[in-house]
Amino acid sequence: MVDQDSVADGRPPIIRMRGVKKIYRTRGEEFLAVQDVTLDIGEGELVTLVGPSGCGKSTVLRILAGLQPHDEGEVEIGVPGAAFDAGRDIGMVFQQPLLLKWRRVLENVLLPAEILGLPMREARDRARDLLAMVGLAGFEDKYPYELSGGMQQRAAIARAFVHDPKIVLMDEPFGALDALTRERMNLELLRIWDESKKTILFVTHGIQEAVFLATRVAVLTSGPARMADTFTVDLPSPRVLDMHNDPRFGAYTHRIYQRLGL
Amino acid sequence: MAVDGQDLTAAPARAGTSDGGVFEAIGRWLLRWWPAIAGHVAFIAAWWLIVVWGDIPAFIMPTPWATLQTLWDPTYHWPHHVAITAGEVFGGYLLAVVVGIGLAMAFCWSRGFERGAMPVLVTLNMIPKVAMAPLFIVWLGFGLFPNMVIAFTISFFPILLTTSRGLREVEPDLLDLVRALKGSRWQIFRKIQLPGALPYIFSGMKVATVLAVAGAIVGEFMGSSGGLGYLMQSRQGFLDTAGMFMAVILVSIIGVVLYGLVLLLERWCVVTDARIE
Repeated sequence: MVDQDSVADGRPPIIRMRGVKKIYRTRGEEFLAVQDVTLDIGEGELVTLVGPSGCGKSTVLRILAGLQPHDEGEVEIGVPGAAFDAGRDIGMVFQQPLLLKWRRVLENVLLPAEILGLPMREARDRARDLLAMVGLAGFEDKYPYELSGGMQQRAAIARAFVHDPKIVLMDEPFGALDALTRERMNLELLRIWDESKKTILFVTHGIQEAVFLATRVAVLTSGPARMADTFTVDLPSPRVLDMHNDPRFGAYTHRIYQRLGL
Repeated sequence: MAVDGQDLTAAPARAGTSDGGVFEAIGRWLLRWWPAIAGHVAFIAAWWLIVVWGDIPAFIMPTPWATLQTLWDPTYHWPHHVAITAGEVFGGYLLAVVVGIGLAMAFCWSRGFERGAMPVLVTLNMIPKVAMAPLFIVWLGFGLFPNMVIAFTISFFPILLTTSRGLREVEPDLLDLVRALKGSRWQIFRKIQLPGALPYIFSGMKVATVLAVAGAIVGEFMGSSGGLGYLMQSRQGFLDTAGMFMAVILVSIIGVVLYGLVLLLERWCVVTDARIE
């Protein structure tokens, strides 16, 4: 049933999930959050994980981030020949910016470097570069409350990149932003991804967003999460907003709607 | 309080003040504070008018001027009594801050300790501290120390409660962010929990200032040989209302000074949104 579209050029994937299952147990009650997730993600890909709210998308991210164990199946991260350090090699962005309100923007971006004990002088330079990359040059010494929601989320993205992780996990990062800011952030993210060459797994419930951003889309159905489909998005790069009107774009969104039974 | 290396170098954001000389500074200060000054003046004027127009005898209520005059009367030994009361208030308060914050941190680190100790503390806190004052005097004797202890017992609980609460109020996603980086428990505490709890700690510390003053004065009422509470009781016998008024005013000033110091410390430690004044 699942059209398991494997990683583009036959290289080993950086993330490999096989039949992953996750059951939450609270006070004797069991809740099956993730039923069966199988997905490969190649290095440098931007894969979007799309599905309805509460379908277990976030759980998949939490398993990959090492925040939760999975109950069944296999999860492998890293490529052969390169050591993978779960702490250093994963960056995270959440729906809320989660900036520390008592720290200036630059100090917020530096948090992962402090926690990992990286050399601070280099980290500082890198944080400045990253802030420039996300369009926040000149805001280094502002406090979070002096920034708009979109700008705070840009700072959170810079923070996720500061320790130079191999993989960045994003959990509905633009879900709390208004529609216009969201469109702009989508374009920004594609530019950042292109410049940084990172592997990004992007969770969203926005179907348009999922198609627009992705090199590949993975569709999850709800309750419990089950892989319904994965497919490569064959749209020219760089993506521009006009592509929303491309007939191929329409075909992809149609395909997702169908898989989700809408 | 070095909480997080970088935080303290970061002074709270405030609107830039231009360098315009002393007079401009005074002018700005007046512009900001004149309603507060006017309010106090109006209050004193009302007091004065009530005494004069109501023809109230001096032993019931003295005029503001008669009250102020006691300040120059050396038989009151104001500096001596003020020093004793201030010592009790500040000493008891400092003890409360150290023990309150210290206990809250210990609770934060050991859930088992919290589960055992917190209910006991809640029960103990239900005892009216004023009722304990005579016992403290039996245990600790006369003088500064027992009153300091009363000020401490009465003021430490709100600090413990707000600090505990503040250390617990952390966004779960923020914890995940640090855990995903394999951050240690200590890093979470020092970089996230403690600085995040500062606003809570200060709200408890502000409530505690008033309680510390009340505790010290109650202690002095119960038994002491000095302090403003002692002075009030000794002057009561002479119907020296003016002296008693002055004592009350000085007690309040001690409280205001303590509160002001806490506010200053808060301004220095806590980054506040400049839009909220």
